[in-house]
Amino acid sequence: MYAELMPVAVQSVERAATILRLLAAEPEPVALSRIADAVGLAKGTTHGLLQTLLAVGFVEQDPNSARYRIAPAVFRLGAARIDLNLLRSRAINWTDALAARSGETTQVAAFRDGRVVTVHHLVPPNASGKALDGGPETPLHASALGKILLAHDVGAYRTIEGITLDPLTFHTITDKVRLDRELARVRDEGWAAEVEEHEPEMAAIAAPIRDHCGSVVAAVGVAGHRDRICDTRGRPRQALLTLVVRAGRSISRELGHGRRQ
Amino acid sequence: MTEYFVAALDQGTTSSRCMVFDRHGRMVSIAQRVHQQYFPGPGQVEHDAEQIWRMVCTIMPEAIADAGIDARQVVALGLTNQRETTVIWDRHTGRPVHRAIVWQDVRTADIVKTIARDIDAVDVTARTGLPLSTYFSGPRLRWLFEQNPSLRRPAERGDILFGTMDSWLLWNLTGGVDGGVHATDVTNASRTLLMNLETLDWDDKMLAIFDIPRSMLPQIRPTLGNFGTTQEPIEGIAVAAVIGDQQAALFGQTAFDAGAAKCTLGTGSFLLYNTGAEVVQSRHGLISTVAYAIDGEAPVYALEGSIAVAGALVDWCRTTLGFIDTSPEIETVANTVTDNGGCYIVPAFSGLLAPYWDNAAQGLVVGLTGYTSRGHLARAILEAVAFQVCDVVEAMNSDAGLSARSLAVDGGMTSNNLLMQTVANLLGVPVVRPMMTETVALGAAYAAGLSAAYWPDMAVLRRNWQRAAEWLPAIDDSRRTLELAHWHDAVRLTSEWGRARR
Repeated sequence: MYAELMPVAVQSVERAATILRLLAAEPEPVALSRIADAVGLAKGTTHGLLQTLLAVGFVEQDPNSARYRIAPAVFRLGAARIDLNLLRSRAINWTDALAARSGETTQVAAFRDGRVVTVHHLVPPNASGKALDGGPETPLHASALGKILLAHDVGAYRTIEGITLDPLTFHTITDKVRLDRELARVRDEGWAAEVEEHEPEMAAIAAPIRDHCGSVVAAVGVAGHRDRICDTRGRPRQALLTLVVRAGRSISRELGHGRRQ
Repeated sequence: MTEYFVAALDQGTTSSRCMVFDRHGRMVSIAQRVHQQYFPGPGQVEHDAEQIWRMVCTIMPEAIADAGIDARQVVALGLTNQRETTVIWDRHTGRPVHRAIVWQDVRTADIVKTIARDIDAVDVTARTGLPLSTYFSGPRLRWLFEQNPSLRRPAERGDILFGTMDSWLLWNLTGGVDGGVHATDVTNASRTLLMNLETLDWDDKMLAIFDIPRSMLPQIRPTLGNFGTTQEPIEGIAVAAVIGDQQAALFGQTAFDAGAAKCTLGTGSFLLYNTGAEVVQSRHGLISTVAYAIDGEAPVYALEGSIAVAGALVDWCRTTLGFIDTSPEIETVANTVTDNGGCYIVPAFSGLLAPYWDNAAQGLVVGLTGYTSRGHLARAILEAVAFQVCDVVEAMNSDAGLSARSLAVDGGMTSNNLLMQTVANLLGVPVVRPMMTETVALGAAYAAGLSAAYWPDMAVLRRNWQRAAEWLPAIDDSRRTLELAHWHDAVRLTSEWGRARR
């Protein structure tokens, strides 16, 4: 019975899977000729398969080199993207508490459609930060929130590959090697900071928000005047850091992280 | 130095939560569980009171553990609850003898109709502040006795006890069958149709009308006062306040004085307007209720505009229409279009409460065309909430003889930016949200903390109030007038449809 129902293996699906495995194993984009060699097919056939994989969003092509690599969407297969309004509704109690405790502008942001999207933000009456409504977009490389997203979202990281990082202030990290080192630190320590990297005299601290699977889906943080956010050595104040990291953990728990419902 | 906290237990229509607050009124922890809704028939809604009590036993220790504190650091507990929901239970077994009949339930429509023939409606309202409606607890008790006459004898002996959700939980918290406190507070009692609004005691004439023995009723106490000490699930916490959820929200917004108002957007939506020491009788479909009473002081009253279906409509959309997985996603779907496409929804699921008080009205969706999309329906759902808020604000303005210059909002739905903008647009005045949207729990904590002298006075609490967000009207007057006219046409149709099918 079972044998009769077993369909014959579809060759092109097998080949597509081989290409995906190859690309997933390669840290750098791969040229068409190498892919064709690796799967043992003619370049024309391989090109056809790659075009289909491009069309379904499993593979992307590096615009400069025309080489292929695996698309970030493949890493997210099986993990539904969180609705941003749902995220706001789950976060609001904790962002309220964070804003009340810190007295600073509080923001939740996620990476969507190639940019940082503000999900929620509030400005306590005596906050030193200005309202973010209608303000400039949050730069990935020069903001605490952006660094959290860069550190954990391959899609976000890829948007800054191959482009020159704008120096927004004297302190902005524009060197990729330095930025990579900074992002590794962000992953290690579980928080990110920005000190006059986006705007002079302003600083911010951010922490990751994780979903029930543990994937980072957004970032939460506070921003304000450097003298209120940082100590005299220009390091984020420990008390504030603790508040932000805790808020990130609490929101993650609301989303089911480490909590069996 | 040991730090101290207050806790609030908020038993709502869809969930129960326990929150711990610090001296600045900032939330330290929250634990929450959703309970089951039972719909045994059209217009009928029930809860399992035992399930709710079991959840309370889980969330209280959880919230205290999450706060990283010891129960001895909790100086007082404030209990707040869904109002009018009716529980009857056996004093000796501690078990409910019927599922709790929820405030949205309209099974008592016939009882109310029959009683209305024999009595003077004006007298009822003068005594209780309320219209004769299925919304309140009294008719439900009568229904329970009519269903099961054998309950009457034990009720007369005091073996069967009645309570709204606060009394049921208080009794269990303070020992249950082993000497649990059988009491309620004035705010909850003022929602039964059985309490006299002036004497703040059970009204003999109302008890006679509904044929209810006094022996089964809880003792009515001031909102801020002594309600005993917890035995379960944690021993030794003073229950220092009991307050109905909407009155708690008024308290949480620090609307302590005459002239202050708030609108809470939760499962239902409720506008409360503080009228101070005076019982004001509305001429525009609002009800008179107790805002709070402090032991040894004169009570404070309020006018209330009650809307039965607000968040419940979004919830219905999620469970029944199924085009959203979670309620907040309604905003995502609504944002796929820029207007309602001519579609209007009137969610008269349990008739219409304020300001219409039409038990017979039935819900409808009008203006459907082939063009209508999910986005338009989602917009119409959010607008239905906003239009109803406009109706009760308009009634409040008429009663007060002046126009509100802004509206203070709170509750879970205030995280919906599109809804808040829509309310501002249709009201034509700014809508303001405080830093803490969970004002129900916050208000219960404030009441308990004041009662236990954790906070010295109301002025301290007022200073905690901070504005978190404000939405300004962004449509012109002619558009607003047109939209409201369409809504009122649709409301008229729900009444006509319901009347034709009685």
